[in-house]
Amino acid sequence: MTRLKKLLLSLTVLAAFGMGSSQAATPDNTFVMAKDIADIITMDPAEVFELTTGEIIANIYDRIMMFEPEDLQTLVGGVAESWEVSNKGSTITFKIRPGLKFHSGNPVRAEDVAWSLQRVVKLNKTPAFIITQFGWTAENVDELVKATDDSHVRITIAEEFSPGLVLNAMSAGVASVIDKELVMSHEKDGDLGYDWLKSNSAGSGAFSLKTWKANEIVTLDANANYRHGAPGMKRVILRHVSEPSSQRLLLEKADIDMARNLTPDQVKGVMGNSDISIDGHPKGTIVYMAANAGHPILGKTEVVQAIRNLVDYESMANSFLAGQFVVHQAFWPAGLWGALEETPYRQDVAKAKSLLQAAGHGDGFELTIHTLTNSPFPEIAQALQANLAQGGIKVNIVTLEGKTLWPKYRAREHDIILARWSPDYVDPHSNADAFAHNPDNRLEAKLTGVLAWRNAWADESSNMLAVKARNELDLNKRRDQYLELQAMLQKTGPFVIMFQQNEQVARRKNLQGFVSGSNFDLVFYRNVTKQ
Amino acid sequence: MALQSKLTSILGVLTSLLLTFIGLTAITFVIGRMMPADPVLAIVGDRASQEVYDQVYLQLGLDKPVYIQYLRYLEQLVEGDLGTSIMTAQPVLDDIIRFFPATLELATIATLLGIFVGIPMGVLAAVHQGRWPDHIVRVISLIGYSAPIFWLGMVALLIFYANLGWVAGPGRLDVYYDGIVEPTTGILMIDAAMSGEWDIFHNALSHLVLPATILGTFALAYIARMTRSFMLDQLNQEYILTARVKGMPEHKVIWGHAFRNVLVQLITIIGLTYASLLEGSVLTETVFSWPGIGQYITNSLFNNDMNAVLGGTIVVGACFVGINMLSDLLYRLVDPRIRK
Repeated sequence: MTRLKKLLLSLTVLAAFGMGSSQAATPDNTFVMAKDIADIITMDPAEVFELTTGEIIANIYDRIMMFEPEDLQTLVGGVAESWEVSNKGSTITFKIRPGLKFHSGNPVRAEDVAWSLQRVVKLNKTPAFIITQFGWTAENVDELVKATDDSHVRITIAEEFSPGLVLNAMSAGVASVIDKELVMSHEKDGDLGYDWLKSNSAGSGAFSLKTWKANEIVTLDANANYRHGAPGMKRVILRHVSEPSSQRLLLEKADIDMARNLTPDQVKGVMGNSDISIDGHPKGTIVYMAANAGHPILGKTEVVQAIRNLVDYESMANSFLAGQFVVHQAFWPAGLWGALEETPYRQDVAKAKSLLQAAGHGDGFELTIHTLTNSPFPEIAQALQANLAQGGIKVNIVTLEGKTLWPKYRAREHDIILARWSPDYVDPHSNADAFAHNPDNRLEAKLTGVLAWRNAWADESSNMLAVKARNELDLNKRRDQYLELQAMLQKTGPFVIMFQQNEQVARRKNLQGFVSGSNFDLVFYRNVTKQ
Repeated sequence: MALQSKLTSILGVLTSLLLTFIGLTAITFVIGRMMPADPVLAIVGDRASQEVYDQVYLQLGLDKPVYIQYLRYLEQLVEGDLGTSIMTAQPVLDDIIRFFPATLELATIATLLGIFVGIPMGVLAAVHQGRWPDHIVRVISLIGYSAPIFWLGMVALLIFYANLGWVAGPGRLDVYYDGIVEPTTGILMIDAAMSGEWDIFHNALSHLVLPATILGTFALAYIARMTRSFMLDQLNQEYILTARVKGMPEHKVIWGHAFRNVLVQLITIIGLTYASLLEGSVLTETVFSWPGIGQYITNSLFNNDMNAVLGGTIVVGACFVGINMLSDLLYRLVDPRIRK
């Protein structure tokens, strides 16, 4: 039969029997999830800083230190079997686990570990600051990060830092251990394999990258030789479905096992479905307002304090944010070590009015809230508009895409920004450094990565406490210092921290073992199984 | 003399094409650079330090005047290099080769639906002006015109995919089939048929039916309304009256005389409809998770990914130019006066 005849026959059969839908369920050995994966722009651990890729590389690469899905609270060795702190915390020597292998079959050597860190520093992409803050530069990193023999790597901290913090930073994406031999075989013009690793993988984790088609699909294949044993699923597929309603339909039809971006309404809609479960995963993402301290009115502490007292946190959390955000008012997310979990603010209009009166703005004033276009930010902004109006503050709302909003924020061109923030790694210093530490408030200093700087806010005591906590060797003292710093910022900082994310994931009931931890890159697929 | 005239004419067309593309890319480039979105932040993220930001700013050549940036782009273009996309980390040409066939597949089926259903509907409405067939066609056209395509898509998915299970859901293919067929044309149904993978062919068709139909309703509505209007114009001409008085069968009057005379106008309408669908329908592509050129250009625009936007613009421009040229050829086929 000619191809044309076959084609016509197929069309006829299709017309006769209806189009026929796709198969009823996903294969038993494949985990398929629908997610908006448009944020993926690279797969290179030295550059990855996006939410989706953060979790993908966590499943591809083992890091020097890790939080494992079996116990997300305890930092343990990843590629490192053990470590030793010496010289008052300025030197840490890691012993590399014997017998580990990369996906390529190459052995994981101390040299790979040292080179992976050196590469991050030399490429100097956005997340590099997580380790360059230790005083590592392209010039000195080969000396300060060194494989001392086949199984040991010694790192030397050039700045004063708590070793606890350094170990926590070694669990970040930039501490992913990369197969040097494989990557360097693809090096072009001294790029340390950067161009190749953008869309390939060279790790030793539970999965390897099979395909990444931007805005379409990411496929991961299981590493049967993984050090914790073969993952439960042979393949994991992240399918790009940007529209939440389409994710819901796919889940209900069992064409996917999990939907990652359902809205509260859709979550409510699928709750009655006996084949679907909703899991809540507390995440480290916080939603906050930031007032520009360079603004003649918002620069006054009493005004920001009044705004804190005007916000009706509970109403929002119980209505349109239901299930997806909970009230949280400190810069370090609840559930993590060192978090201040007290929520001292409730809506108190009378108190807010008296604070505004004391600040000389009892008659109210007008301001603009700039925020993101995606849900829930416009909804929160509208609620804030109503809340602040009760204190006589007229709010104009401007919603912008992130790529348009961030330049305004980084240039201090805002009154109030309503945005979100996730920790870069699991240590309170990650957020303290952004919210509470601004060593140079001058415009020309351009500390654009620091939130306090973006809001033209600097406070000597806050700066001192942030540095003190960063350097503290005693863990208990360090925790207390962070608690004190958070309490301090709750009263005096330019931030009105309002909510913490609770990621709601809808899954088919036959799928178990998906682990999503507090940080954006603490998401693990290797324990997923199907019944 | 004739040869010289032909050469002059071809040269004229080529010059006009060149100017069109230069104008198109120049305007897109300037608009892109005037947009407040920051392409550097699209690469480095909002948390980047100023040092990292400045490094990428220089790498992208953004420190140079806009006209220099544009000239550099043209220089690259002449060498056949459309640059690399920020958002996908892939050469723009590779992206276009991947995204455009998805849109081509969708737009072609939608346009065919518009032609084969819309034209008979329009003729029917014109012939029965003011009576029930005309009213029905008007209602269908109105729905096609006015119902938000996003809503129409979701409702169609709910009914035909979720409830009835007649068609496959969002996406171009079930994920299990992904990567099995080697992309030759990029049009999944053709590639699957060429490789003899009939399961995949069937699956791809099942995925295509709904978005193509939804997009086709827009094409259908437009073509039906325009056909009706053109036909009414012709049916009121004296030569139609003469044909009827001479006793010519009605179907010959309608299809042989009136319809033949609206063909030139219809070709223009169909060409424009097809070209606009080839630009990509962002909403249809979003609802159906269809990785087409519309989503690609829109996402790139939001992120000020200029290489991708310009690459997409060139493709869309080429579509318009190509369809215009095809229309010109078809005019010659259907209208003897133009042939002369």
